[in-house]
Amino acid sequence: MTSDHQQSMAGGGEPPAIELKGISKSFGPVQANRNVTLRVMPGTIHGIVGENGAGKSTLMSILYGFYHADAGEILVDGTPVTIASSRAAIDLGIGMVHQHFMLVDTMSVLDNVMLGSEGGALLDKGERAARAELARLSRDYGLTVDPDALVGDLSVGQQQRVEILKALIRGCRILVLDEPTGVLTPQEADRLFEILDALRERGVTIILITHKLREILAATDSVSVMRLGEMVAHRKTPETSAEELAELMVGRKVLLRVDKPEPKIGETILQADNVTVTDAQDVDRVKAVSFTVHAGEIVGIAGVAGNGQSELLQALAGIQRLSGGSFSINGTRTVSAATPYNPHEARGLGIAHVPEDRHHMGLVTAFPAHENHILGHQDWDQYNNGLLLDREAAIADCAAEMERYDVRPPNPHLPAASFSGGNQQKLVLARELETEPKLLLVGQPTRGVDIGAIEFIHNTLVAMRDQGAAVLLVSVELEEIMSLSDRILVMSDGRIVGEMMAADADPQRIGLMMANISEDDAPQGSPEGDKAA
Amino acid sequence: MSQPIKLPKWVDVGVIPALNILAALAVSALVILALGENPIEALDVMLYGAFGYDEAIGYTLYYTTNFIFTGLAVAVAFHAGLFNIGGEGQAYIGGLGVGLVILALDGLLPWYALLPLAMIGAALFGGIWAAVPGWLQAYRGSHIVITTIMFNFIASALMVYLLVNVMIKPGQMSPESREFAESAWLPMAHQMFAVIGIDVSRSPLNLSFVLALIASVLVAIFIWRTRWGYAIRTVGRNETAAIYAGIDPKKTIFWTMALSGMLAGMVGINEIMGVQHKLLLNFTAGYGFTGIAVALMGRNHPIGIVLASLLFGTLYQGGAELDFEFEQITRDMVIVIQGFIILFSGALAYMFNPLVARLIGRLMPARG
Repeated sequence: MTSDHQQSMAGGGEPPAIELKGISKSFGPVQANRNVTLRVMPGTIHGIVGENGAGKSTLMSILYGFYHADAGEILVDGTPVTIASSRAAIDLGIGMVHQHFMLVDTMSVLDNVMLGSEGGALLDKGERAARAELARLSRDYGLTVDPDALVGDLSVGQQQRVEILKALIRGCRILVLDEPTGVLTPQEADRLFEILDALRERGVTIILITHKLREILAATDSVSVMRLGEMVAHRKTPETSAEELAELMVGRKVLLRVDKPEPKIGETILQADNVTVTDAQDVDRVKAVSFTVHAGEIVGIAGVAGNGQSELLQALAGIQRLSGGSFSINGTRTVSAATPYNPHEARGLGIAHVPEDRHHMGLVTAFPAHENHILGHQDWDQYNNGLLLDREAAIADCAAEMERYDVRPPNPHLPAASFSGGNQQKLVLARELETEPKLLLVGQPTRGVDIGAIEFIHNTLVAMRDQGAAVLLVSVELEEIMSLSDRILVMSDGRIVGEMMAADADPQRIGLMMANISEDDAPQGSPEGDKAA
Repeated sequence: MSQPIKLPKWVDVGVIPALNILAALAVSALVILALGENPIEALDVMLYGAFGYDEAIGYTLYYTTNFIFTGLAVAVAFHAGLFNIGGEGQAYIGGLGVGLVILALDGLLPWYALLPLAMIGAALFGGIWAAVPGWLQAYRGSHIVITTIMFNFIASALMVYLLVNVMIKPGQMSPESREFAESAWLPMAHQMFAVIGIDVSRSPLNLSFVLALIASVLVAIFIWRTRWGYAIRTVGRNETAAIYAGIDPKKTIFWTMALSGMLAGMVGINEIMGVQHKLLLNFTAGYGFTGIAVALMGRNHPIGIVLASLLFGTLYQGGAELDFEFEQITRDMVIVIQGFIILFSGALAYMFNPLVARLIGRLMPARG
């Protein structure tokens, strides 16, 4: 504890719970963190924002002992430490809740919580101790979870609670949460922030990594912004704004709201009648859904992930078969269980599909960009020269589109895996929009995409609409649905539970619909939304 | 979270395989030392045995021919994400196809007219022998590794039955067909060289070697320059993306396996039409299995496969000489060396990557 620490501290005599000084880390030629400095005061919620690839995750991995910094110093409670492994981090009282949960679905909550701290060869004693500890934590922090429930049976929000409990039971005083709300309904997210508040009240220090500015503003005490591996700003949350943070993250002014002209609604392009999709386990994922999409409008489907939107989108794209009902495209081709079509025919009818999961569906990440550019169009005459593929044409085409969509780096020979999320998504968009589709199916267009690219993608989608395309947008980001759509459908448990014009929509009401709770019986205080998952 | 180390391409395809082979040879040298022989001398004998005189070169390239065909077969399947262990059986049945065509027509047609027909026979028989496991994988979910292994045994049993009970030349004890008419034999290398006035010793090397090189070029073009190769690679890398792109993975799996079996079947052209000139048992002699190692070493690229085939051809031919020259070394030494090569360039393929990466990092400091 030196005197210059003392001086720069806001809250008096205590040293920061975590202090990073001059942390640098590179992977080969890529410098993921450059001279990063961070101070997190004890008993506060500290947000870290930054675009994908800004180095947030690397920084936290260094703090949690996954990586070793090339240079720099870590101080915990004012004492310099070396964190060689996650075990060392745990011993120092640092806990981490990952974006993707590290839980064993087939084991009970109690077993999961004990994992790694069983306390001896026989489980008996450790189990009793863990059960008592769980009860205490539930009481103290309002973290109620049934210790004997199987983790696989819990809702996502509850599974996240188990992750937090796991950290607390190991004596964690400093909790790091990596994009914790990505999988939650708005209500579950609110509930999470209540829990974080309770933890803070009891002296736990919380580091919240997110790219959602709304959450930063709502939940944190102070915030640090990262850009391109560097820490570019520290702010007290009450003294900043979403606009300022976005600008700091991207390095230029960003338009957070989408400006779009009034829609010019045209003829019906997609007419769905009682569309039903059944999965391999014989469970109905989409249940008799009917709706229309017209030329010149964006119809957004809001819903918590896993409520049938994905299956609906895939059925419309020809990837999944219908098990009941039908839909017609352009009033000419009617697709049903008896008259199915495949993605090939769908493309021929003027349907383009930007899939939800670009890594598993939209791209072959091992292929170079130019080979990804012909994915789905590999049979086209313009890319074939008799028996052989016309590689030169594909490369030239891809290079031109990369230019138009500002894909960086603009090199068609690089494997798709080496582009950032936003640039990968631009590759997919470029390919799909090249056909000037009549109907554009878009799933999670900005998942894992940085703010600068989000603006571009949103504007591109609106431009497509203004050119007369019918756009069906599926997203779990409610903000995105609200700002892009002309009309909003809400899906829950495979059904459309609500429809409204975007102008009349409010997030609270949609959130309740997503959780399938009607406004009348919304519980006072803490709607949990667990039913939805 | 940690990514595999990214090396420049020339290091990845040049330096690393060379290091792997050197490591395998070094360990083999230790084994030879332990046997009480001089490894330098052994290497010398082996290289002389493989390349020292024209007959040796002929034998080396004759083995290489078989390895190219089976290596390509494994590689093509691998690009669709399929592990075809059944090259041995497909080569065996492919040889049956060759034999049947020639036995039916050998008095009627000269070799150059028979060759396309024999190749069709090899492709048809070898192809079907692989396509059945392919169909089972695509439409019934039976694992390709299991079914192709089982098909090796079925092929073996079928050939024994046919040669012992059906196709055996009457009046002889060994289970072999009659010899083909000499007009049906593929030209040997020494015959072809004699035409242009070069005198070369007799060896089993024949026209098939040229066919193998042509096949390598065609496979390279097919995999990387046609829409069908594109479909195969897409299915192999990402089946979901293939479905999204309108490619039917089931059909692709079926046809890829058929193609793989066709290539393996071409071993029959080299062995039956080129060398043995009759149908007999066990002419595949493990070439199908070695093809797996060849494809692995050659990184499933035809250029790599040709080079790896040459390496294994060298080992096969040069190894035989070891047996003659050294009291303590038997032919099995070749299998030991082969084993080490497969171990180092397959299972331990990435062992040297961190070391090389560090060396390169020191020589060429990262920018920025």
